[in-house]
Amino acid sequence: MLNRGSNIEKSRVITRRLFILAAAKLCIFAGITSRLYNLQISDREKYEILSDKNRLREWKTPPQRGIIVDYFNKALAKNDRIFQLHLALDEVKDFNKTIFKIKNIIDLNDFDLRTIYKKKEKLKSWDTLVVSDNLSWEKFSKLNLYLHEIEGAKPVLSTSRYYPYSNDMVHIIGYVGDASLADIEKKEIKENLVPGLKVGKSGIESSQENLLIGKYGIKRYEVNASGKRISQVNYIKETQGKQIKLTVDIEAQKFAQKLLNDKAGSICVMDIYTGEIIAMASSPTYDPNKFTHGINKKDWKKIKNNPLKPLINKSIAGLYSPGSTFKPLVALAALEFGTINPEKPILCRGHKHPYELYGAKYHCWKKNGHGYMRLRNAIKQSCDIYFYEMARLLGVDRLSVIAKRYGLGSKVLNDIYIEEKKGLVPSTIWKKNALEQSWYLGETVINGIGQGYIQVTPLQMCLMNAQIANGGYKIKPHIINDQSIKFNEIQEKIQKDLKIQNLSNGNKFLKEIEIQPFDRMYKNNANIKFVLDAMFGSTNELYGTSFNSRYNDLKYQFAGKTGTSQVRRITEKERELDLDISQIDYKNRDHALYIAFAPYKNPRYSISVIIEHGGSGSKTAAPIAKKLIKKIIDRHEIRNQMRNINTNSA
Amino acid sequence: MLTERFQVTGYSFFEKLKSIDYFLILLVILIGAISVFAIYSTEGGKFSYYTKNHLIRLSLFFVLFLVLSFVKISTWYRNAYLFYLFGIVLLLIVLFFGITASGSKRWLDLYFLNLQPSELMKIAIIVCFSRYYHRMQNIDIQSYKFLLQPIILIIIPCYLVISQPDLGTAILIAGSGAAIIWLAGINIKYFVYSSLMLIVSLPFVISMLEPYQKSRILTFFNPDRDPLGAGYQIIQSKIAIGSGGLLGKGFLKGTQSYLEFLPEKHTDFIFTLFSEEFGFVGSIVLLLLYALLIYRIIRIGFLNRSFFSRLYCFGFASALFLYVFVNVAMVLGLLPIVGSPLPIMSYGGSSMLSIMLGLSIAMSCKIYNQEQIA
Repeated sequence: MLNRGSNIEKSRVITRRLFILAAAKLCIFAGITSRLYNLQISDREKYEILSDKNRLREWKTPPQRGIIVDYFNKALAKNDRIFQLHLALDEVKDFNKTIFKIKNIIDLNDFDLRTIYKKKEKLKSWDTLVVSDNLSWEKFSKLNLYLHEIEGAKPVLSTSRYYPYSNDMVHIIGYVGDASLADIEKKEIKENLVPGLKVGKSGIESSQENLLIGKYGIKRYEVNASGKRISQVNYIKETQGKQIKLTVDIEAQKFAQKLLNDKAGSICVMDIYTGEIIAMASSPTYDPNKFTHGINKKDWKKIKNNPLKPLINKSIAGLYSPGSTFKPLVALAALEFGTINPEKPILCRGHKHPYELYGAKYHCWKKNGHGYMRLRNAIKQSCDIYFYEMARLLGVDRLSVIAKRYGLGSKVLNDIYIEEKKGLVPSTIWKKNALEQSWYLGETVINGIGQGYIQVTPLQMCLMNAQIANGGYKIKPHIINDQSIKFNEIQEKIQKDLKIQNLSNGNKFLKEIEIQPFDRMYKNNANIKFVLDAMFGSTNELYGTSFNSRYNDLKYQFAGKTGTSQVRRITEKERELDLDISQIDYKNRDHALYIAFAPYKNPRYSISVIIEHGGSGSKTAAPIAKKLIKKIIDRHEIRNQMRNINTNSA
Repeated sequence: MLTERFQVTGYSFFEKLKSIDYFLILLVILIGAISVFAIYSTEGGKFSYYTKNHLIRLSLFFVLFLVLSFVKISTWYRNAYLFYLFGIVLLLIVLFFGITASGSKRWLDLYFLNLQPSELMKIAIIVCFSRYYHRMQNIDIQSYKFLLQPIILIIIPCYLVISQPDLGTAILIAGSGAAIIWLAGINIKYFVYSSLMLIVSLPFVISMLEPYQKSRILTFFNPDRDPLGAGYQIIQSKIAIGSGGLLGKGFLKGTQSYLEFLPEKHTDFIFTLFSEEFGFVGSIVLLLLYALLIYRIIRIGFLNRSFFSRLYCFGFASALFLYVFVNVAMVLGLLPIVGSPLPIMSYGGSSMLSIMLGLSIAMSCKIYNQEQIA
């Protein structure tokens, strides 16, 4: 019985203990349930994010750059299909062997190989190596033939910047390349910085970066724990940058560039009312397409060491003495200020009897002299003696007021080109501030023929000429098409203004004042007309300096002014020798300049031509202008049609 | 009449079939089926190596479970100590001839299966202790002599297993043994004392552990200590479970495991994978299936008169609970990571074998519940 009683007791103990244990188990079960609830219900979002972070990885894709077109919507900078070879490193078993195979197929040289190995070191084992980022079609098709033999090789179709008019547009558009450290500081580049991104390095490409760059895309991939891509989850397509339309006519530009072939210099063509820059050529040039995938050392050296400086956009960054092309402005200033009577005759007696001032001698370019000259003839035949005297009477400070008003001494396109130069319009105050010296009258005298301190860019001369040719109205030069500037409205405004003559407060135009675009800049309309007429004489009348380059056809008839700017002082000895141009060192030859507007009746276009070390303006620059003017006027109709289409569509 | 009942020894086969706990078998089949799908998912939805092996083992051991269920419970009783001894001998053989894998020597090569004797020991210790306390009087149980003996019986296999080294299994063996001692009725004060002693000695124990074990324990307290090293498993496991949400990411859609962020996903972390794919609801259902399984085994214990059967069933149920708890708590970041499989679900032959063996003994208790033992 004892045994049994004990057994019952034992049984009770076991049961009791079991219940205690079961209670503990229930508690633990509840604990685990609450933990599960915690993780899966309360904190679900947090872990979901962590899980996505784990599983998804983003690859940014470079945006498509905006296209740049000319006035007739021809693409000047576009995105072309290119062929690339990528190598998926995680699929390659023996890297050296694979590269050797590839080398034989697409002809890589030692330098390429070194670059590839350098690139590979920076990559992770699952990354993709870009073996070649621009393959020719022949190599690409050859590669596709052998593709099955090369593990991990992936032929890729991509896009890259392409300039169809390569050399002809490079100074206007610029080129692209990989972002440098300085580039990355720009906001729009920093935001879009993606491997393979190309950014503007110069010209429009650089200054309009914020419009052109677009927005990067995102490819989201599911990756495994070791980072290998498993599948693409989604793809936010990159947005293309905005299209930029230029005022440039590529046909005119090409023609201008061709005229400058083998020469160093610049040609600018501008619409004298709208301020549209139709051509802006600079020579020599270079091929921007070479820069897209990194230029090789040899080509770069060739460009950099060229003494004619192809990298400089001479139209805006080349500084020259305007020489005689400055004379129309000097004459205009003297007439406006009334310091000269245009009918006053001044005698030019040639080299033997130069103009003398305080013992210094100032010669006319014409050895035997012009004889008695009045103002119109002095402009037409470009007599220096007349202008020495006129400048002396006018004074440099008065001249500088007018010179600045007509666009010299300040940037023409401002923000478009960082390399644009301001030039220099000297005055007594300027000399005191900049050089801490007082002004000498002799400096005024040579200033009168566009020599001395004065420095201008070809585009400034084109603008100055345009603003005289349009009757003395301020215009807004631009190279990016601006729909808000309408030719008809400008014409109406000027016609209306022309009716108001003899202003009572006309003298305000003799001071430095702020003038709004399309407002008048002259005191007396007759003065402008006088200058324009003199320029007509210079081109279309016998003894005019550019008489040989005239057109008799009224359609093409133009008026202009030659200029020959000295690069250095001519010594007495050299003057006596009177050397032919071929006998002078290239470096020491004069710059040849020419400014013109056409057609003479109802002028519409202003042209400036500068040929560095080209000799005389009449022999070198004027014939070039003549050829170009025909081209420009021939294209006037088609440009007008385009203008109508543009305004109607806007 | 009483004697008559106890003397009924001849069971007809039909009667045996009738007394089988079919509900328990159904639970095993259910959990087994879930485990096959889970392993299938670890392989990214391909019926290959692991799934095939798991399915073969599951079927094989399930049949073994059914066959061994008909072994008389008295046979188990008689051979209880032998079973224990057999386990110890196997552990000793492992010590000398075991296969070394990933730094520990746990397995014996049996050609068709790499047997892990420590897994068998988990069952052997329950059988052994059940017999040990079967006859013992309440008074004797409290004596020091009978207190010391079972402790030695626990320490021997635990020492052998720890030296493999395999802390997880050693803890489970010790825990299973302790459960029976508890059920037998040892004074609560001993448990209190030993718990206190354990806490006091914990720093010493930790200092004696292998470096990787130490780092696991330190990592448990602060998983962010080394997120890519020791803390990686638990952080990734929590991310997987947490991101599963209420209903989970769906079958074969668990990104954490599919993309190989989860380590050991077909063995110790199988619950993580299941939980990621089937969410809170799925996890609770699986845990309830285990709870039901444990309940059915306890129920068998209540149907038995013999202390051996009772102690075995209650003990095995507690051990089973312990296995599930340690594994689930571990993957949920509630316990340090000690390698311990989830019963039936985890891939691994020895673990499956020992669970099926344990279940067959429990089933034998059910079938022969009227049989007199010794």
